[in-house]
Amino acid sequence: MAKSTQKKSSTPGKTNKAEMMEYYRQMLLIRRFEEKAGQLYGMGLIAGFCHLYIGQEAVVTGMKAAIIDGDQMITGYRDHGHMLALGMDAAGVMAELTGRVGGYSRGKGGSMHMFSVEKNFYGGHGIVGAQVPLGTGLAFADQYKDNGKVSLTFFGDGAANQGQVYESFNMAKLWDLPVVFVIENNQYAMGTSIERSSSETHLCRRGASFGIPGEAVDGMDVLAVRDAGVRAVKHARSGKGPTILEMKTYRYRGHSMSDPAKYRTRDEVNEVRQHHDPIDHAKARLLEEGWADEAALKAIDKQVRAIVGDAADFAQGSPEPDASELLTDILAPGSPS
Amino acid sequence: MPTQILMPALSPTMEEGTLTKWLVKEGDTVSPGDVIAEIETDKATMEVEAVEEGVLGKILIPGGSENVSINTVIALILEEGEDASALEGVDISAPVANAILGQAQDEDGGDKAAPASAAPIPASVEGEGAIKSASHAEDPAIPAGTNMVSVTVRDALRDAMAEEMRRDERVFLMGEEVAQYQGAYKVSRGLLDEFGPRRVIDTPITEYGFAGLGVGAAFGGLKPIVEFMTFNFAMQAIDHIINSAAKTRYMSGGQMSCPIVFRGPNAAASRVGAQHSQDYAPWYGHVPGLIVIAPYDAADAKGLLKAAIRDPNPVVFLEHELIYGESFDVPEMDDWVLPIGKARIARKGADVTIVAYSRMVGFALAAADTLAGQGIDAEVIDLRTIRPLDMETVINSVKKTNRLVTAEEAWGCMGIGAEIAAAVTIGAFDYLDAPPARVHQVEAPLAYAGNLEALALPGAEDIVRAAKKVCYRD
Repeated sequence: MAKSTQKKSSTPGKTNKAEMMEYYRQMLLIRRFEEKAGQLYGMGLIAGFCHLYIGQEAVVTGMKAAIIDGDQMITGYRDHGHMLALGMDAAGVMAELTGRVGGYSRGKGGSMHMFSVEKNFYGGHGIVGAQVPLGTGLAFADQYKDNGKVSLTFFGDGAANQGQVYESFNMAKLWDLPVVFVIENNQYAMGTSIERSSSETHLCRRGASFGIPGEAVDGMDVLAVRDAGVRAVKHARSGKGPTILEMKTYRYRGHSMSDPAKYRTRDEVNEVRQHHDPIDHAKARLLEEGWADEAALKAIDKQVRAIVGDAADFAQGSPEPDASELLTDILAPGSPS
Repeated sequence: MPTQILMPALSPTMEEGTLTKWLVKEGDTVSPGDVIAEIETDKATMEVEAVEEGVLGKILIPGGSENVSINTVIALILEEGEDASALEGVDISAPVANAILGQAQDEDGGDKAAPASAAPIPASVEGEGAIKSASHAEDPAIPAGTNMVSVTVRDALRDAMAEEMRRDERVFLMGEEVAQYQGAYKVSRGLLDEFGPRRVIDTPITEYGFAGLGVGAAFGGLKPIVEFMTFNFAMQAIDHIINSAAKTRYMSGGQMSCPIVFRGPNAAASRVGAQHSQDYAPWYGHVPGLIVIAPYDAADAKGLLKAAIRDPNPVVFLEHELIYGESFDVPEMDDWVLPIGKARIARKGADVTIVAYSRMVGFALAAADTLAGQGIDAEVIDLRTIRPLDMETVINSVKKTNRLVTAEEAWGCMGIGAEIAAAVTIGAFDYLDAPPARVHQVEAPLAYAGNLEALALPGAEDIVRAAKKVCYRD
């Protein structure tokens, strides 16, 4: 029997120094990277659509901690954090944002369309919700190959209202595919709040009619995310099929760089930043436990800033793709054209 | 007066069927709703129920009879109070003669012999069965002396999938009714038995979902064949065909591969109305990153489907329900694979080039026969692949004939004929002795009424008219 539970982590999650330092570093890298991307956008170096992940860092960092090598991730257009969490090179991601040949797609994809087969990142998809059947298909391939891998399929509260999501839920449970559906509920589908868009706002319940268990998770707490992720991944890997994890999270910036975010109050944003920030949360834990002092954390910050600074330099220095790239990569090499 | 039981039409495209067996015998009493016989149609084995009460007086078509035309009298039921003497002198009329027991009819036999009033066959289907393209035996890819076997397009497609599934463990088939039902049009008949439910997968009715799932599985290293019950339903899935399958290689700078085949019947069937009758060749032909194939005969269907399954790109493979049941020669070879992107000269000619694809090739060949009788020697080109278009073959032909007619089942506006006419005008302007002519469906949703449907769909006569026009013989 599928059941939906809503847990709020009231007691601190179990962890240790090494883990917590790594989660802190990872989340900080994503935040600093996104801040830099915002800057470069403002300078006109990044164009088009650019969706920042600031505020949501604990979700992908916690889920990354719940998987093993070879498990796949796929998401929508708010994808920079997922790539960094999977260990993709920050310079390659940033150079794609600037549309340069050094980018992961050699400048032909942009912010929303990057991939790394090597790191098991399958995009980077610009059509809201399209990644859900695609991620379910990755899980289908895993089951077909019997390789023991699990597909993490991320989507937002906005995508959760797309019909193809439910078509995917149905097949995922019908065939007990090894997939975890991670809903990053940042409470606004572009400018429309979840209350204004969804008849059932508890998204963890959306699998009930398919027999898919769901769980609501404090998506601002990296340990709560990780622990829920571990449970869901284990469930999938053991052949029991999908789980829906509803990550209650928040984005600090607008939907994209061009969104002034007038649909919510400054107070609302500040309340989350001041009291629920995932990085502050991790920092406090590190200090409380005595696992790090301010100096050690500063050192991490410095290291992260150096990575991001180098990435920004690379992204500006890398040339635009050669004109000959215009007509390559349309079909596989050697195909009729 | 005994009641006649007629061979029923049990599908939109059925013209004849096999009376597999009788489940009652002469002298049995039957009531409405009793199952009295089994009939195998072009799609499935169906049970036939009695609609009248009475005693089965005489079975006229025994069990096991093949090629029984619809509306043939297959048995007589005696009404209350009648006995066997009532059977004497009953006129069971001509159609019975069409049922040739236990053997195939000759190619242009039964349909034409049937009384026009008896068979509700749309005009557009009549007389089409006999048209055959130039033999593949001339194909240089076929070693001399290769045996040619007559195979239906339906079985050629099935054989292609089976051979590729034997060859490559990563290939699987998914779609609605492909497994236990053996395919809505029997194209996947027998595949579940051979390959099992892991590789032949019945999906829910969820085109958007399973098309996306198939693309994801292709990203994940498999080689899916996704069957759409018809391409009309693929409109629900077109986002994944275009945005996910066709564009991802480019968007990933060549890193991602999407080796997938989307296949199923395309274009008009027979009297199924506007929503089930559209030719999507121009839609998919528009999209860089896709390969689009639309074969006509069985040899091409087999050789190109095998090539499509092996291709590392997303392929849209457009079949045609109305030619599934037609038989053509297929070379008996271990591995008959054709190159994608090559048109075929289906008939050589000198006076006018007729370019067609899919079912229109049959009409083009019929038109060429008619034109030959009027002193016009037409060359017929079967495009076979819509994207990439083999314009070299078309332009070389036009340089020889100096005249172009295009024939497609789709609407003309922004169509395949428009593209070919433009390319020929650009590439062989100085060779044209007349403006190109386009034959296509009239610009209206396809009507249900038999006469309007026949008026809307292009056929051999339209091609003849167009060819005469470009030869200034109209």
